[in-house]
Amino acid sequence: MAELQRDTRNSNDKRDSIQTNSNQEPKKPKKRSFSQRQRNMASGYMFISPFYLLFAVFGVFPILFSFYLAFFRWDGLGDMEFVGFNNFNIIFNDPLFWKSLYNTIMIGLMGTAPQLLAAILLAFALNSVLIRFKSVFRLAIFLPYVTSIVAVAIVFSVIFSNQDSGLVNTVLGVFGIDPITWTRSEWGTKAAIATMIFWRWVGYNTIIYLAGMQSIPNDLYEAAKIDGATLRQQIWHITIPMLKPFIIFTVFTATIGALQIFAEPHIFQGRAGRPEGMSVVLYLYRDAFGSNFFGTASATAIVLFFIIIIFSSLNLYFANRIGRSKKVGVK
Amino acid sequence: METNKKNVSIAKYFVYAGLILVSLASLFPFYWMFVMATNPNSAINQTPPAMIPGSNMVSNFQLVLDSIPFWGAMLNSLIVSSTITLGVLILCSLAGFAFAKLDFPGRTILFVFILGTMMIPPQLGLIPTYFIITELGWLSDLRAVIVPGLMNAFGIFWMRQYIASAVPDEIIEAARIDGCSNFRIYWNIIIPTVLPAFATLGIIVFMAIWGDYLWPLVVLQDQSMHTIQVALRSLMDDRVRDYGMILSGTFWATVPLVVIFLLFNKLFIKSITDGAVKS
Repeated sequence: MAELQRDTRNSNDKRDSIQTNSNQEPKKPKKRSFSQRQRNMASGYMFISPFYLLFAVFGVFPILFSFYLAFFRWDGLGDMEFVGFNNFNIIFNDPLFWKSLYNTIMIGLMGTAPQLLAAILLAFALNSVLIRFKSVFRLAIFLPYVTSIVAVAIVFSVIFSNQDSGLVNTVLGVFGIDPITWTRSEWGTKAAIATMIFWRWVGYNTIIYLAGMQSIPNDLYEAAKIDGATLRQQIWHITIPMLKPFIIFTVFTATIGALQIFAEPHIFQGRAGRPEGMSVVLYLYRDAFGSNFFGTASATAIVLFFIIIIFSSLNLYFANRIGRSKKVGVK
Repeated sequence: METNKKNVSIAKYFVYAGLILVSLASLFPFYWMFVMATNPNSAINQTPPAMIPGSNMVSNFQLVLDSIPFWGAMLNSLIVSSTITLGVLILCSLAGFAFAKLDFPGRTILFVFILGTMMIPPQLGLIPTYFIITELGWLSDLRAVIVPGLMNAFGIFWMRQYIASAVPDEIIEAARIDGCSNFRIYWNIIIPTVLPAFATLGIIVFMAIWGDYLWPLVVLQDQSMHTIQVALRSLMDDRVRDYGMILSGTFWATVPLVVIFLLFNKLFIKSITDGAVKS
């Protein structure tokens, strides 16, 4: 309703200006006295305004306020107290913050690097002309993506349960390995969480690489075969370079996703959290909604923002370089 | 030549074996979820644990219903996800139409700005947004999730690209000569044309909102307002965990998604790849 009113107001404003150049489109049998151009302007702004209104309230304001809040001490209720860079001092002197950053990067690496490699191999297998039942395999591999992250975290929390009867501990028992207290072990926690990430995302990335491989024209392979290229040469000099945009996309999204990891450790180690699985977002969440330290939590959010920017640009840089050196090889 | 052929067929068997192994690893947690969901806790806690489905399907689910408002949480998730999906489709196609077909000053800059907002991690504004929701009195109110969820930069980008390529300018010009307003053009020409893009974007948005966890956890504090993700997590709170019950809840919350996926799997996979590939 408000938008409608604004629109009529807009058009009233425009009516004045239209009279000066109303001979622009004199032929059109329009009843209204303003031109098509002006009407496009009015509806253009009106059609995009919902996003900008929402973004003003739930985007711009919260972001600016985060930067403001990072320099204040605030428990959410009382007065805010300006503390300068003290909040940043607090988190940079908190070993748990550095631990959470280390965990986030470690779990991210363990969960995504082998996964993307596996996805490329799977996509290559599924793209091969020799293989039948492709759609069945594709369906099976993609199915985990349909489940929610929470469901995945719960299922794998039970699979990696601390009890001797837990599934992984039972399997380890078959090989004579003592049961592991997964939720309280440094590498056990990371391995369990990395497994969750691997299982849910490998099919998604496979499907994307597969789409990329299918977009490569067959002529390229034909030409390479005529020139006597082996299968390995075809992979290195045709498939990988042509997949470059897809690899960049998956590396980019996987990095950003891994740096924002929250649900898996929050569910695996329980609400209180433990240092072995503490991630940066979990650290922020606990600070804010567990301890009401909204100033330091905002400072953490800002640090995380810059970490994400640094890591995604580093990744983009390296992903670009890999592609480029391959391209030189082709030429 | 013959050994070469033999090598190829041996390699083929290795690839098949690998694919079958990976597929089994993909499917096993689903099977295992069902095994746990149908077994009593005593069978789960013995060594080795139960490996075949048991007979406690109903009683385990009854325990879930006693512990969390399962149906209410599913309904909340459905309300939130479908409202946001519908809203995003309409708002993003309107904005996409404006960016693709209407000329107005600042169009390019405004569009690039929207693309830029996609780079901002959602945690950056998490805390202030929480206080905005508190000020609005929307804590433990589904509006706290729905209204911010309507803001979708990717959707606008996606609809703009689709409308720019799928709707010829001539049709719009013809409609204008017939005296159609821009909104009528949107309603009668754009919407019918972009239905395939609606399916794609709808699936992507619905999946993302259905699985969202952090934000609903922060703002939907009353148990009666939990979405299914938040409710499932609370199954893990008991000191002595009943895995049969926990996985029963998880299993039955997952089944609808798997069924829908299997029914529409081609469209589903195409949507996910299109959404990724074209951006």
